[in-house]
Amino acid sequence: MSPGRPRQLAFGVWLAFRGGVTGWTRLALTATAVGLGVAFLLLAASVPNLLSARDARESARVDYLQDLDRRGDDTLLLGRVDTEFHGVAIRGRLLQPEGPAAPVPPGLTALPGPGEMMVSPALAELLSAPGSELLRARLDYRVAGRIGDEGLSGPGEFAFYAAGDRLAGKSGVQRLNAFGETGQGDGLNPRLMLLVVVAFVVLLAPVVIFLAAAVRFGGESRDRRLAALRLMGADRRMTRWYAAGEALAGGLLGLAIGTVLFLAGRRLIGRFTLWHISVFPADARPSLPLTVTIAVAVPALAVVVSLGVLRKVAVEPLGVVRRAGQGRRRLWWRLLLPIAGLALLAPLFGGRADTHGQLTQVQVGGGVVLLLAGVVTLLPWLVEAVVRRLGGGGGLSWQLAVRRIQMDSASSARLVSGVAVAVAGAIALQTLVAGVRSVSVQDTGADLSRAQVMASLDEGVTFTEAKEITARFAATPGVRSVTGNATSIALVADADQGMPFIMGTCADLREIAEIARCRPGDAFITITTEDDPEPPRPGQRVVVEGTTWTIPATATPVKGERSPDGGAWRGAILVTPEAAADLAAKPLRLLLYLGLDPSEPDAVELVRNTAAEVSPLMRVYGIQEVQVDDRFAGILRGILVGTVAILLLIGTSMLATTLDQLRERRALLATLTAFGVRRAVLTRATLWQMAVPVALGLVPAALIGTGLGLALLVMLGLPPHVGVANLLLTVSAGAGLVTLVTLASLPVQLRLMRPEGLRTE
Amino acid sequence: MTGEAPRPSTGQAPLLSARDLRKTYGPTTALDGVSLDVRPGEIVAVMGPSGSGKSTLMHCLAGIVRPDSGELRYRDRDLITASDAERSALRRSEFGFVFQFGQLVPELTCLENVALPLRMEGVRRKEAERRAAHWLDRLDVSDVAGQRPGQVSGGQGQRVAVARALVTDPAVVFADEPTGALDSLNGELVMRLLTECVEQSETAVVLVTHEPSVAAYSHREVVVRDGRIRTSAGLSR
Amino acid sequence: MSVSHTLLALLERGPRHGYDLKQEFDAQFGQDRPLHYGQVYATLARLLKNGLVEVDAVEHGGGPERKRYAITAAGVSDVEGWLSRPERPDLYLNSTLYTKVVLALLTGRDAATILDVQRAAHLDLMRELTRRKTRGDLADALICDHAIFHLEADLRWLELTGSRLDRLADEVRR
Ligand SMILES: Nc1ncnc2c1ncn2[C@@H]1O[C@H](COP(=O)(O)OP(=O)(O)OP(=O)(O)O)[C@@H](O)[C@H]1O
Ligand SMILES: [Mg+2]
Repeated sequence: MSPGRPRQLAFGVWLAFRGGVTGWTRLALTATAVGLGVAFLLLAASVPNLLSARDARESARVDYLQDLDRRGDDTLLLGRVDTEFHGVAIRGRLLQPEGPAAPVPPGLTALPGPGEMMVSPALAELLSAPGSELLRARLDYRVAGRIGDEGLSGPGEFAFYAAGDRLAGKSGVQRLNAFGETGQGDGLNPRLMLLVVVAFVVLLAPVVIFLAAAVRFGGESRDRRLAALRLMGADRRMTRWYAAGEALAGGLLGLAIGTVLFLAGRRLIGRFTLWHISVFPADARPSLPLTVTIAVAVPALAVVVSLGVLRKVAVEPLGVVRRAGQGRRRLWWRLLLPIAGLALLAPLFGGRADTHGQLTQVQVGGGVVLLLAGVVTLLPWLVEAVVRRLGGGGGLSWQLAVRRIQMDSASSARLVSGVAVAVAGAIALQTLVAGVRSVSVQDTGADLSRAQVMASLDEGVTFTEAKEITARFAATPGVRSVTGNATSIALVADADQGMPFIMGTCADLREIAEIARCRPGDAFITITTEDDPEPPRPGQRVVVEGTTWTIPATATPVKGERSPDGGAWRGAILVTPEAAADLAAKPLRLLLYLGLDPSEPDAVELVRNTAAEVSPLMRVYGIQEVQVDDRFAGILRGILVGTVAILLLIGTSMLATTLDQLRERRALLATLTAFGVRRAVLTRATLWQMAVPVALGLVPAALIGTGLGLALLVMLGLPPHVGVANLLLTVSAGAGLVTLVTLASLPVQLRLMRPEGLRTE
Repeated sequence: MTGEAPRPSTGQAPLLSARDLRKTYGPTTALDGVSLDVRPGEIVAVMGPSGSGKSTLMHCLAGIVRPDSGELRYRDRDLITASDAERSALRRSEFGFVFQFGQLVPELTCLENVALPLRMEGVRRKEAERRAAHWLDRLDVSDVAGQRPGQVSGGQGQRVAVARALVTDPAVVFADEPTGALDSLNGELVMRLLTECVEQSETAVVLVTHEPSVAAYSHREVVVRDGRIRTSAGLSR
Repeated sequence: MSVSHTLLALLERGPRHGYDLKQEFDAQFGQDRPLHYGQVYATLARLLKNGLVEVDAVEHGGGPERKRYAITAAGVSDVEGWLSRPERPDLYLNSTLYTKVVLALLTGRDAATILDVQRAAHLDLMRELTRRKTRGDLADALICDHAIFHLEADLRWLELTGSRLDRLADEVRR
């Protein structure tokens, strides 16, 4: 009787570890590739913890929920003083305790004393870096300590807490007695959630394919080996156990390597900040259930894949002696997967009824997986069906390539299926994101030729002060023009209605309305085409900043115009200071539009410094032509990084597979060269051999990807939208990758083609 | 068949007994009703032109290929109805194989290759390699024990293959053109060592060859032509 | 090469005059050495005496009388015995073997069997030599090898002829 299964499994493992340099290379290749995949999966498995840890930290320091009326022993005044320096966003808060029990934000042990600030490590580094003089001048506090990790969203975050001074009563300043929020945030909106689900599926599907490909490295030699064992009397079951053992060796080793890679990568992860996002290594903890799943699934996948391959190869004792041709591929079962995927997605087309439910997410995720899997199953059939019809006509290189693909179309198809799935997925995602974005991106109507930067001071200044501040900005180097206005709200007496009240010089008012004639002392009312409920009327009594005031009877109606930031005042009262002298002495909100000199690179920073001098609470921000939901930008970036990483990952696997195939064919290559076939011909044959399946793989990938993206859009009730440029870009990225891989494999091929290669094995 | 050399008595019960074996591959008929007995200790040469069905016959006899019809028994076991597992078990313990090339596992050293059948039987590695080393010694290839098949000459490789075929002390060794890739001197050496070894252990050999000088090591020969064994029946018209 | 067996086998296809027999012999086998008339008549006389042929008819024409010979049953079995008996393996056998094969084809017998029988005889001798070689010393081995290689050449020829029998049959029966 044959020995027990554990023995056979162990024997298989032993076989995997035997095999000299080539055997070791293969095992190492498989293990490294599996390891890369595992590391990737572990990273993905850490995302939930990563997000929740970040969420927890961010919600622990939330400071916008409270605004208490009365001061107490335990209250704190807080002002938001976020700023930006050379494109780096800096989170800043002014803290002014009102009693001994004032709350301390997370990450601090004590509140900063007068003239002091606590900074995040990243900001400390930035402050001490050369070239940060302007920032040092702006944050003119003594650094008294660091903000601890628990007070930061990530290790790369730039943040400071500085001592506030005379904050009481200023607009925009809040009074709180605690940091943090108790409830949960509102989470991602369902569309975004769906996007995230799809993104995960799309990014992880190629990783799985990659893993499967990695397990197959050295498949031909394994088949030969198993056939030899069959001849010596291994029955089918034993062969399966040996194969499982070998695959398990690669899988387990890969798991180990993956864990090491992940742990090593995790230590590095804190050092990088990608697009304002940085991550604490400690937060990158794979979730336990997911980790267990990976630890079980990866070796299991290795075993299942290798057994699946075995079933197809049906290793026979004579495998070493003769190789039987295989039957033609059937189409019907290959269509099952994509059809099942469509069937899952189809019911969702009707309406966007419940895009929030978990069931829907599972349904969508499953549907996408099945559709993408369809690419994998259809590809071999397609390659075979097309290549069978290709003639051997054309040059010798074409003939060699076509015949080679015909002989083993499956491995050609397998080689490109990873790229095809990645490309299909990426296209689907891009289509979806572009579609969602096209709706959520709004043209702000801003006119960047008039002004590029806005500054606002909410705490309120009198008009005289406003003019003085305006002058300080105008004197700032790099500032070309300053217009602005002081704004408030005019409340209609005994009516629950308010209308914008805007005070400015004639020049200022002309920026926001079509005013023909204007002298100090004039007042205007902007009219709008829309039927506003209650436009201001001349002679109407309103309350502005607590003072009753009558709109002058001489107020002329004018047409409102867009301000430089694209906003438009509707139904607003525009006055020159002379027209409302007592209001000009009241503190009003100041809004400035600044035109900058493009030849002065630091103009914005200088403006920010001026603003900080005026008041730390003064905010400066750039004017944008379009406004994008920030979170989409983040997700888009995520997809981009993911796609690139996946393509690179697949590239390594393709390269490994190609090298593997070349090695298996080295005798043939050497023979052909020995015959006198020119190397260029063989090189071209290799190129063709790659190019044909790639072309065959990318076309359906593009189609399925676009189709999938459109389907998801329709499901969300969004207008279909195809970004041809993105599509072409992704497809050519896939094609480029293949070219790159082929080129990278050329040196090895050239080496193998030396006639010395004849003596092998 | 008239050789006066000492050879196993024809009275003994046959080890392998085939009756009217038929096997077709698609349109080609590889075996067209072959009957053959192999007795213990007997060396039978199977000769015939290329493509006549010699290898197919051997594969059928060894239980690698299942004939389409006919009877085939090894000792008292029916090989036609035997399951893959049963036939594999026979190959493991009762049969040995030597092919023209390609049967050694390229990744393993020669010693490991020879030890392989034993290890598949569950013999411990140390013991298996000890016995393998003994057979390498008997076939005079101890010096290549640590080398891989790709690093040794064709003749050495074939002797390693013979050692591997014999290491399990099989009842029948199937050899398909064992010297096909060797020059006459090396071929002779392989054949001499093979026949010496089997003579002592009463192992039967089914030897497929088209080289008369190799067939000359057999006790008798059968000629396969067009899937049939030629019998020297009468000459009458 | 046995002329009497050859003539006898040729007669098996039908009664012939001595002159026709000579013509036929020369056409099939006498490329390099045609038969003399005298040899034909002497052989026929001996066969007649042994009862293997009989005179079928005598023609009286203008010239000398001409006898037509036919094979007897005893003659047929003699031919059969000769054809199925392997030749003693020897060097340069091919002419005899060739004759036998052609005659078998001409008389509608299974020529392949002749080759098989001959192969068996050759192989037996080779086995014998191989055994001697493996037991003896180097001198023995070299001497045996010489013989073995020659036998091997014959066997190759047998093999080759065996696979060309169909074409040969077409040619001799043309
Ligand atoms: N697996 C197979 N598939 C298809 N045809 C086969 C297969 N195996 C053998 N044949 C056919 O069966 C016939 C006999 O083949 P076999 O290998 O037995 O011949 P052989 O006598 O061993 O020839 P050679 O001396 O050349 O090895 C051939 O025509 C061959 O093409
Ligand atoms: Mg063969």
